[in-house]
Amino acid sequence: MTSKNEAPAAPFYGRTGKYRWVLAEWMMSTDHKRIGVMYLMAVISFFSVGVVLGFMIRLSLLDPGWLMDQQTYNEFFTLHGVIQIFLFIIPGIPVAFGNIFLPILLGAQDVAFPRINRLSWWLYVTGALVILLSLFMHGRPPDTGWTFYAPYSIQTPANISTAVLGVFILGFSSILTGLNFVTTIHRMRAPGMRWFRMPAFPWTLYATGWVQMLATPILAITLLFIVLGRFFGIGFFDPSRGGDPILYEHLFWMYSHPAVYIMVLPAMGIISEIVPVFSRRALFGYAAICLSALGIAIVGYAVWGHHMFTSGMSDTARVIFSFVTFLVAVPSGVKIFNWVATLYKGSISLDAPLVFALSFIFLFSIGGLTGLIIGSLAPNLHLHGTYFIVGHFHYVMFGGAGFSILAGLHYWFPKITGRMYSEKRAKLGWLSLFVGFNVLYFSMFVLGYQGMPRRYFDYPPEYHLNHVISTVGSWFLAAGLIVIFANLIQSAFRGEKAPMNPWGGKTLEWTIPSPPGAENFREMPVIREGAYNYEEEAVR
Amino acid sequence: MNSERIDPQGKKMGMWFFLFTEILFFGGMFLLYAIFRSLYSREFHAAAAEENLLLGTINTVILLTSSLTIALSISALRRGENLLSSRLQAATILMGLAFLVIKFFEWKAKIVLGIYPDSPVLLRLGKGEILFFGLYYMMTGLHGLHVLVGCAVIAFMVFFTRRETINRGNYARLENTGLYWHFVDIVWIYLYPLFYLIT
Repeated sequence: MTSKNEAPAAPFYGRTGKYRWVLAEWMMSTDHKRIGVMYLMAVISFFSVGVVLGFMIRLSLLDPGWLMDQQTYNEFFTLHGVIQIFLFIIPGIPVAFGNIFLPILLGAQDVAFPRINRLSWWLYVTGALVILLSLFMHGRPPDTGWTFYAPYSIQTPANISTAVLGVFILGFSSILTGLNFVTTIHRMRAPGMRWFRMPAFPWTLYATGWVQMLATPILAITLLFIVLGRFFGIGFFDPSRGGDPILYEHLFWMYSHPAVYIMVLPAMGIISEIVPVFSRRALFGYAAICLSALGIAIVGYAVWGHHMFTSGMSDTARVIFSFVTFLVAVPSGVKIFNWVATLYKGSISLDAPLVFALSFIFLFSIGGLTGLIIGSLAPNLHLHGTYFIVGHFHYVMFGGAGFSILAGLHYWFPKITGRMYSEKRAKLGWLSLFVGFNVLYFSMFVLGYQGMPRRYFDYPPEYHLNHVISTVGSWFLAAGLIVIFANLIQSAFRGEKAPMNPWGGKTLEWTIPSPPGAENFREMPVIREGAYNYEEEAVR
Repeated sequence: MNSERIDPQGKKMGMWFFLFTEILFFGGMFLLYAIFRSLYSREFHAAAAEENLLLGTINTVILLTSSLTIALSISALRRGENLLSSRLQAATILMGLAFLVIKFFEWKAKIVLGIYPDSPVLLRLGKGEILFFGLYYMMTGLHGLHVLVGCAVIAFMVFFTRRETINRGNYARLENTGLYWHFVDIVWIYLYPLFYLIT
């Protein structure tokens, strides 16, 4: 790119002097990078709270009753789910990495609507505070599980309305982010940045943005039905008033299944950025990877019924939903094979980001393949509502989206903070995390297959051994996370200065200083080629 | 390079996206309506007879006219007639408020009769009637909320138009407001037959 961009600029996180307090300066900022960094800190904080809750659930299962009673246990798994899903993983990648890097990857100065971006950040904070309020208000915290299934969510005395209101507000934040990103991608691309010259990460954010816009309103209206049911007795889910609780499940999963793709599509985008950089090869099947993101987003709308095979549905509907579920595996498989093909004959440097990315491919494959087992009708009848499901979605959510956040965090850490982390400690943390993860969640597959139901407080003695193994795995997982984050936090302050392009990346963020200046590019970049032209370099 | 590049087309695009989300938001309710009506079509018929067709029709006329005035206010602004434009916007607000007042009296008449969610009178009726009035209050209520928000937004537009913050060269905000107002109107065009005309 132009040499002008290499001149040092004031980093984006310096004081602007507009406000007296640093906090006000950040909260009032419309700079996409600042908003992204704040989001990043927030989602990681909620992630750690969620991890602690999950860790305590595992501890309690070591010997049910020694740590908490049944009611507390129900509240713990509900909060674990609500926090990890609604506060960490659904907003997760788009709001943090999307905000920081989407405009840079497109060669833009900011998103299309910077003030709406700030509004969605405020809404996120508000929603999070309202959810936290439901814990400390008079009465008990929510105990319905993160799905808020009717009729229990309408009848329980717990603070459901507050929690649901919080999720409703978060939904607004999510919609506005999606809207903003899709418009940004349509309108803000740098000259010469054609659709098929865009890196893969913006492509996945584009697909994600559409899902956020078109699925989240359904969740909003469904949550509103819960609140109206609780306050005004409008019984859309109450059979005694003509309603139907299964209708709730339909409406809920119409949002929440596409939401799975809100979580995992941008994760795939991060992996698609990392794999070419560390194998020094162009992204194999670039167009297929980009288009399969759209394919997943579209097909993902028509599979929600597979969450409800045992709830009561016609056989025809079940067969169709099962079949379409299998179809989703096709674009996902396209991505997996293309990543592996990118690695093939590449000049691989096994740095921490790639290690996390490879773990993503491995864990996500396990999660995806077990998804096919429970997506087919006959095994589903046996496995529905067991630990097998818990194992499956932790492999997809944590092994998939969670690991890709860690991958992205290591990949972009030098760009965001301007400093390098300790490679050795990152890999040490990864090792403990990876081993712990598999011990923790793989034993859940076994438990589920043996028949252990999810969300149960207690279990018969024959499940004890696997529960102990699983809990021991959670200790390694937690230790790994501690090492990883201790390394990153320490390096953010004490690490050595990072160069502009530590990994030899080809995308636009590596053409500007680390950390970037306030308006990203000194001079508008002009794009003349695709995002991953490593082959030319090799030929030279 | 200049950092403030106004992109009216991008703004309009964002508004259309927002309207998509609104359509889906109401879509969830229309879906419920479709399901419950197919289950209890006869009771929905009977319940719709309780609605005040006259007031509903007047409201439809008012809202359609208000869509006309907001559209005219945009073309007035395009011609640079800020004063005329702001008056047309004010007329739109007045009609929106008139709509809400009429809606209020409709609700009140029903509540006096004891027909409101969870009321003893309603619970004695059939399941279809309970659902019909549940949907009626929910859908017209949320629609009314949208009308109210629309009035507030147009009030800001009147203010901007008078101060010439929006003018013939920069009217994307008013156009987006118009889009929103037409959306509110369209939702009502569907609500009207579904609640008043199915007798």
